Amino acid sequence: MPKKKIIAMLLAGGQGSRLGVLTKSMAKPAVPFGGKYRIIDFPLSNCVNSEIDTVGVLTQYEPLALNAYLGSGQPWDLDRMNGGVFVLPPYVSGSEGQWYSGTANAVYQNIQFIDQFDPEYVLILSGDHIYKMNYSAMLRFHESKHADATIAVLTVPMEEAARFGIMNTDEDGRIIEFEEKPKNPKSNKASMGIYIFNWNVLRPLLIADAQNSSSDHDFGKNIIPKLLTDSASLYAYGFTGYWKDVGTIRSLWEANMDLLGSDPEFNLLDKNLRIYSKSPALPPHYIGKAAEVRNSIVSEGCEVYGKVTRSVLFTGAQIGENAEITDSIIMPNAIVGENAVIKKAIIAEGAVVGAGAVIGAKRRPEDGDYDTSLTGDITLIANSVTINEGERVPVGMIVK
Amino acid sequence: MKNAFALIYTGDASMQIRELTFSRSVAAVPFGGRYRIIDFMLSNLVNTGIYNVGVIAQKNYHSLMDHIESGKEWDLHRKRDGLFVLPPFVTHDNTGVYRGTVDALRSCMGYIRRSEQDYVVLTGSHTIYNTTFSDMIEAHINSDADITIMYNEDDSKASEGPFDDLRLQIDENGYITDLELNNPKTKKKYRSCDAFVMRKDTLEYLVEDTYSHARYDFTNDVLVTRSKELRLKGWYYGGYVGRLNSVVDYYKHNMALLDKSVSSDLFNPEHPIYTKIKDEFPASYVGNGYAVNSVVADGCVIEGIVENSILFRGVHIRPGAVVRNSIIMQGGIVGEDSMLDSVIMDKNVNVLDNRQLSGYCTYPLVIRKGRRV
Repeated sequence: MPKKKIIAMLLAGGQGSRLGVLTKSMAKPAVPFGGKYRIIDFPLSNCVNSEIDTVGVLTQYEPLALNAYLGSGQPWDLDRMNGGVFVLPPYVSGSEGQWYSGTANAVYQNIQFIDQFDPEYVLILSGDHIYKMNYSAMLRFHESKHADATIAVLTVPMEEAARFGIMNTDEDGRIIEFEEKPKNPKSNKASMGIYIFNWNVLRPLLIADAQNSSSDHDFGKNIIPKLLTDSASLYAYGFTGYWKDVGTIRSLWEANMDLLGSDPEFNLLDKNLRIYSKSPALPPHYIGKAAEVRNSIVSEGCEVYGKVTRSVLFTGAQIGENAEITDSIIMPNAIVGENAVIKKAIIAEGAVVGAGAVIGAKRRPEDGDYDTSLTGDITLIANSVTINEGERVPVGMIVK
Repeated sequence: MKNAFALIYTGDASMQIRELTFSRSVAAVPFGGRYRIIDFMLSNLVNTGIYNVGVIAQKNYHSLMDHIESGKEWDLHRKRDGLFVLPPFVTHDNTGVYRGTVDALRSCMGYIRRSEQDYVVLTGSHTIYNTTFSDMIEAHINSDADITIMYNEDDSKASEGPFDDLRLQIDENGYITDLELNNPKTKKKYRSCDAFVMRKDTLEYLVEDTYSHARYDFTNDVLVTRSKELRLKGWYYGGYVGRLNSVVDYYKHNMALLDKSVSSDLFNPEHPIYTKIKDEFPASYVGNGYAVNSVVADGCVIEGIVENSILFRGVHIRPGAVVRNSIIMQGGIVGEDSMLDSVIMDKNVNVLDNRQLSGYCTYPLVIRKGRRV
């Protein structure tokens, strides 16, 4: 196989348990986002826009939706003669076989896959972040520093730094210390979970790490600290721009809302670094005679007869007459009946909200106790659930 | 996989939907917010299970070729068969300009001979509908007809467009007993949908024989002239049929998509219409922008008011602009406080601020591709 300068390994095996029922039947990277996308479209499109044409997608948890979505890679122009997109599940070799026990272990188990391309560099990505980034600029930085590894970092507000893996660097950008979720952070450069490694440095490290039974086999916890103790040359590449970890229901909701408005926080209208996705072959959306859509985004195949404000309607969503949708996310092919009221909610794929139902209703004493630890004030209706006509779902409840 | 291949004839020399076909063949004219007219026929064929499709091109076919490329958006990039674009080529007995459909068919006889299927679906490219040809082919195979013609009921009088208006008289057994071509006073309500099924060897014989008599038009010189010697049968189609014969037809059939019964027929989810993907962001309504009774494609930004209109991909309606009863094609921009009524804006037209443009529903104002107003 022809040699590649760089290939990407995309970690897409995570369950994303903080997304609750949204990831009941699909891995986090397959969760819908932004009207017509799925989370994995972002790192995949970034790869293509950065001229990286070989991407291994490491899957483990509920891979069916993801496999079906990726197909031949054609929507991302990744159906290539040499390279392209490869789905890499755990496998059995001889009499042995094991699940991926950590991010580093997942890449370790695919050393043979990577070796086929004999790459100089390996880009490690995760499938849970929403951002547009040109990885080739990061690669140029990596090469100019003659680094062993480069980690993309984002400047976060100091008070939030304790939630991230924080890189402390010298003036040149060389990383001198790494602290995972420090109580008293010394800097606010947070790791974005994007790494470029020289393959000849990473390869022996992964093999050694696999022998170490006390290791968690994790890039952040084991591989990066090991490189630092070995005094390898590690650099932080500063990224400016929108980046969001959509690992929680709140952050997923926020990231969708960040797309709204004439000057959105996250601008996907920008033709630069376009995001590709699989098209469901639906006609343009239709806005009915009595419909009112304000400050929202609406995708192909939608039919809107009601009132929609500050919301994101995904492909094929149907909104009935006099329904009122506010501050909500209506995922692909969900159906909202007439006169239904939906406030600050996520209606997942294929769910049906019956006529006159109220989602996100004010909490009443008779609603009793229910767990809102994952949702806060966002109400969540799971995939393919039917809410009956006139039913009331109080704020923050998860219906599955 | 059907035992049939298909030929789509896109190169009518006389076609003219006014400004819309200056730079492209009618098959490549944008339709319905994100499609080109030929998408309907290609999708019909693929949804039928026909994976060997020849597209006969004649004039202005760059736009068409740019649109269909390898055919992969219709799943027509196959190892065996697939999509074949058949442009004219000049040889000693082929001048490069077709004198008619028969002439065009004769020039792609090589492709026809090579096709392994026994039956052929021959269609034009200015008529839109969403169906599969499976039942029609089946009925043809089980009948003694030489040619089966798809038709529907159309009470409108013959339009003045460049395309043939072929009217049929059908008896109770489905046989065609009389044909009338371009009769403005016709009393026949059954009208050909420009789709024909026949055996491949029948087509080969008819083309060679007609050509050798210096006759070049399939409808006139084969169907009408030979109607007594050929057994012709009709196949009734009851769904929505849009014949794009003139700018008014074009306007009417686009606007018909605002009617739910038409759009759910043309966009029947069981038979998806495929097209080239542009990867635009979904449409964004911002500020005071809104739309009423309109079809809006991805990539649009709506800051003004849109009523009873069709917006193609990537259209930008700026604040204060009002667009009514109009068709705005891909990449159009309507400036601040401009007012449009009954306008067809071709691709990438830029209407600056404070402009007022208006046509009438029976004579919509057409603005040519790429113009600035």
